[in-house]
Parts: sequence; structure tokens; C-alpha cells
Amino acid sequence: MHELGVTFKIIDDLKEVANENELVEIQKVVICLGEVSTVIPEYLHDCWKWARKREPLLENCELEIEPIKAITMCGDCKKTYETVKYAKICPYCKSENTWLVSGNQMMIKEIEVPEPQEQSM
Amino acid sequence: MKVIELNKTITESNDKDAALLRKELKEQQMELVNVMSSPGSGKTTLLSRMIQDMGDKRQIGVMEADIASEVDAIRIEKLGAKAIQAHTDGMCHMDAGMTARAMRALLEEKSLDLIFLENVGNLICPAEFDTGATMNMMILSVPEGDDKPLKYPLMFEKSDVLVITKMDTLEYFDFDLELCCERVKRLNPKIKIFPVSAKTGKGMTELENFML
Repeated sequence: MHELGVTFKIIDDLKEVANENELVEIQKVVICLGEVSTVIPEYLHDCWKWARKREPLLENCELEIEPIKAITMCGDCKKTYETVKYAKICPYCKSENTWLVSGNQMMIKEIEVPEPQEQSM
Repeated sequence: MKVIELNKTITESNDKDAALLRKELKEQQMELVNVMSSPGSGKTTLLSRMIQDMGDKRQIGVMEADIASEVDAIRIEKLGAKAIQAHTDGMCHMDAGMTARAMRALLEEKSLDLIFLENVGNLICPAEFDTGATMNMMILSVPEGDDKPLKYPLMFEKSDVLVITKMDTLEYFDFDLELCCERVKRLNPKIKIFPVSAKTGKGMTELENFML
């Protein structure tokens, strides 16, 4: 739903990084995306393909998404389980006293840039 | 090829903007309430009632996000509050940058001290981005159902206050107030819950006393 907003945030962050590091081209960006982060990878890819063309810095920048599995912890039986499969209710003891331990992340992991001598001016 | 590790959370720059705005609001003793809800939850009726009841004690403003705006600016101004337009540039939520831009003139004027920010009407995106507000308020209406905390946990986790509206319709809906509150408290033990009917006025005094 808000993939375009997230795309613009990524672009803003990358422009800042480029500024700090005097980069003129970023070839690839790797984003870690939790399964329950509310961002749908396919939509993010679509938004990226459109938005990158507006920025000379990112014109040819490939987007790679590393999914992060969503894991929920049960406070009663202390077991963990797959959030996407069972949601809020623990499949082992049926407790609702559960919380997410991983899976809502949205993070820029790394970028790939040309070696300084390869960088076209 | 050279790899630069960043490990930067995507909401990080927004969080910084939000912290700055919040600091400035606190210094000016202005309360900015980020109101989040589904469409049709009774926002306009609730806000109108609060403006009428609290208008002589606080200088109230209502900020509207430009897409899917439900609160009627004319109705708000007739009641004596100031309507403020914020621009989301077509986004599905308000972020701290947008809120700060819309607040800029008000922060200088210092003419208002209680501003309600009407965020975009959905229960997902607004919960993800900190607007810089000093209070997060969620509105849940009885007809929406008591299972909303199970479906949209993040919104309940992020809110300081939950207002359950349309309590006058309770007898017509399968809404278990006690169960709903229990589900909400499990997600967020610190949240303050106010069941109200803006129509009959029941529960409004408790909510308004908390806001004053």
C-alpha cells in the first residue's frame, strides 16, 4: 500500500549517502524486508523501476530484496513459530500471549558502487 | 565493484525529523494529536464535539491530510476551530516532514495550543511513520468490530489513547467491549481507553478532562 512512500524514503537516504561519499552512481541496493513489514516486494520493485529513472544517481541501480522470516514468540510455552502461518495464536498451546520477535524490519543493508577508477564522470 | 554496508533502517531519517518536531512542539507547549482511524469511524462527529466542549479552554486547530479527507473544514471552522491543510503529495500516510511543513507557520504564530492531525484513513500505513505528534490517538468505532486489535496490532501498539466511538450503537452490534479492551491492553498495557458516544455525550467528559 505505501510502497511508493517507502521508495522515496530509500531514494532520499541513498542520495544522502551518495553526497557523504561523493558517489555519482549506485549500481545496486540491497533491502532487508520483513515478511510482515507491510511492504509487498513486487510492488516495491515496480515503484523502484519507475522512480529510479528520475534520479541520475540511480538510473541503472538494481534493487535486491532479502526477505526476513517473521517469527513470533509465545510467552506461555516459550516456543517460537512462523507468524505468517499461525498469526497471533500459538499453534502449540493456543495462547494469545505472543509477540513478534522478527519480521517487521525495513532496512537498507548495503549498496554496490563502481570502484573509484571505474566511475564515469 | 565496491560494497558499502549501510544497515540503515528506512524510517530512520523520518524518526529524526519527528523527534525534532516533537521537541519544538513541547517547547512551545503545543499539543499535536495524531488521529488515526478507518474511514467512517466518526472522526468528524467526535472532533466537532470536542471543539464545542473544549473551545473556551483551548485554542484548537484541525489539520487535514489532502487525500481522503473526511473532516469537513467548513463545519470545523463554524465551530470556532482553525482548519489547516497539509499536503501528502498523494501518499497514504503523513510523515514528519509533511507535518512539520504544515506546522511551520503555526509554530511561529503560537496562536493554537491543541491541534488534531487527521491522518489518512487506514489502519496500516499511518502506524508505520512517526508524524512528530506529541500524542497518538486511535479511533475505533463499535460497528468496526472488537477483533480489530487482532488484525491491525501495530496501530494499537503505537497509540497512547484509544477512543471507542459510537458506544450508543453497542446493543445492535456483536461488540464485546471487555474482550476488545483486553486484546488492546495485551498489545499495549499503557494505552488509555475511552469508550464514548459523541452523539449522546456519554464518556466525553472523561476524554476531555484527559485532553485538557
